[in-house]
Amino acid sequence: MRTAADLVAAPKPVDVIIDDAALPPAHGALWRALRHRSLVAGLFICLVLAVLVFALPMLMSSVDLNAQDPMATFAPPSAEHLMGTDAFGRDLLSRVVYGGRTTILASICIVFLGGVFGTTLGLIAGYFGGITGFVIMRLIDLLLAFPGILLALAVSAVLGPGLVNGVIAIAIILVPVYARLVAGATTEVRHLPYVDAAVTLGSGSWRIILRHVLPNVSPGIIVLTTTWLGVAALWIAALGFIGLGVQPPTPEWGVILNDGQNYITLAWWITVFPGIFLAMFVIGVNLIGDGLRDELDPTLVRH
Amino acid sequence: MADGGATGGAMLLEVQDLHTHFHTRAGVVKAVDGISFDVPAGGSLGIVGESGSGKTVTSLSIMRLIEPPGFVASGRILFRGRDMVGLSEREIRGIRGNQICLVFQDPMTALNPVYTVGTQVAEALLAHQDLDRKAVRERVVELFRLVGIPAPERRFDEYPHKLSGGMRQRVTIAMALANEPQLLILDEPTTALDVTIQAQILDLVRELRHRVNTAVLLITHDIGVVTELCEQVVVMYGGRIMERGSVAQVTADPKHPYTQGLLASMPTRAVRGQRLAAIGGAVPNPLRMPAGCPFRPRCGQAMNVCVTDPGLRNPGDGRSVACWLY
Repeated sequence: MRTAADLVAAPKPVDVIIDDAALPPAHGALWRALRHRSLVAGLFICLVLAVLVFALPMLMSSVDLNAQDPMATFAPPSAEHLMGTDAFGRDLLSRVVYGGRTTILASICIVFLGGVFGTTLGLIAGYFGGITGFVIMRLIDLLLAFPGILLALAVSAVLGPGLVNGVIAIAIILVPVYARLVAGATTEVRHLPYVDAAVTLGSGSWRIILRHVLPNVSPGIIVLTTTWLGVAALWIAALGFIGLGVQPPTPEWGVILNDGQNYITLAWWITVFPGIFLAMFVIGVNLIGDGLRDELDPTLVRH
Repeated sequence: MADGGATGGAMLLEVQDLHTHFHTRAGVVKAVDGISFDVPAGGSLGIVGESGSGKTVTSLSIMRLIEPPGFVASGRILFRGRDMVGLSEREIRGIRGNQICLVFQDPMTALNPVYTVGTQVAEALLAHQDLDRKAVRERVVELFRLVGIPAPERRFDEYPHKLSGGMRQRVTIAMALANEPQLLILDEPTTALDVTIQAQILDLVRELRHRVNTAVLLITHDIGVVTELCEQVVVMYGGRIMERGSVAQVTADPKHPYTQGLLASMPTRAVRGQRLAAIGGAVPNPLRMPAGCPFRPRCGQAMNVCVTDPGLRNPGDGRSVACWLY
């Protein structure tokens, strides 16, 4: 791998260029990531859930979610109703499947909203520091001082019940979580020589933040997102469960759980099936988060 | 090239009585305490000093990169006749990376690990010029060739971790030269490198100076590096200038006891079989600088008069020495 030009001025060149050949055989980042067990397990669980929740409904488009059947209330799981029916004789399978859409999409919206606002605040606070950073971080501390779910309850109580308000309420709780993490990581990256180098090259602050700071704090953001995706799902379900989130008859895992709790001794399937799905989703995204934490270690960045 | 560059007339960079201070809880640290020097266009000046002598703060002051609690307390930094201290952030950004460039000490950390080296040099170009993608790539490859990177077309798409320290330093130099700056500030450019690579990089910088005709301000603790690369030298200690003159004069006949001590401690000047000379004591606490000459507590020739500031004195051969001996 050496050429004549490599030997510019030294009689004996020690300037060795490490090439791919010198490294142990790597079959790309994807392949390496797939050797990570919990990552694979998490991906598998989420894939199964995604197929169930997003692809299955296409096969049962004719099903009326809210069709009641007074003749078949509390029917246990059978060939006709794979998961049984609820107190109104509604097919539980289709309600759980459609409810999953609501829960999963809502939690994705939550981490997206909270992530975007939190990350932006964190980048500003961490990069510019000074008075701006101080004010932002103290406001963040203020939000963090509340127990998360309590704040979500308070906000959704103020905004009024409903899916959108629930999403907003939980997203607000995520903002300080993201801001904290990103601000910390940003102050660390802020004075790395390559960021200083970009300043000396005359790049503007926002350009530096987007090009140099954000990519280097993104592994933390990605890991945080996967972990909080599960929490967001639990919380939106919790809001639904206590009646502040999604309103019946719209199916949502938390709402279905709530419906079933009164009849748990009579009809266990109404609570167990949505519960299993919710647990699977939370476990799945947490396993992915765990795996990504290992894979995205910024000290091991290889392309 | 004319020795000293004083014949050039207009100076590219004039630092006049620069004071850069830092507010700390314990008091004000005068990191740079009244220094003046000039760099002529195309000329070269070395600033030599120990850690804490204020040499890096000087270079950061020139780039206007001093951040709170530090600030330029007084003095002027004239670059092409304009005072850098008073420029707006926008104006200073137009100068940074375009007319004045800085090469950092440690090439291992001065490059962003998530971008290819080519992209990073391209970014330096695009920060100040409008070029299309093809032109950028051509220019970067040309720069890589200029700084002696083998197979430059292929190196463009390499990530920094694949390159050795010497190659990375060549990349950072290519970045600094991208916009053909008039002044290149090298802050300990060889300290983080192996000795053999140091020689290569010094050769490269010397060669580039003549090829791209840029002035060089070299910051180093190694007076040997200055003799390799520069025409003029400023010896700093405790935030002040101890001695200023041409490299030839200062190395042949050092006047200030501190300069004499620095030169005597160079291994290349030592006599075989004899113990290497060292300057006794340590750099004074910047919060409690001794009155008068800062070198007084460590100086073998200290006199009573040394408790008052000698100021820069002229021993009669065109250089300045801050010592009561002259």
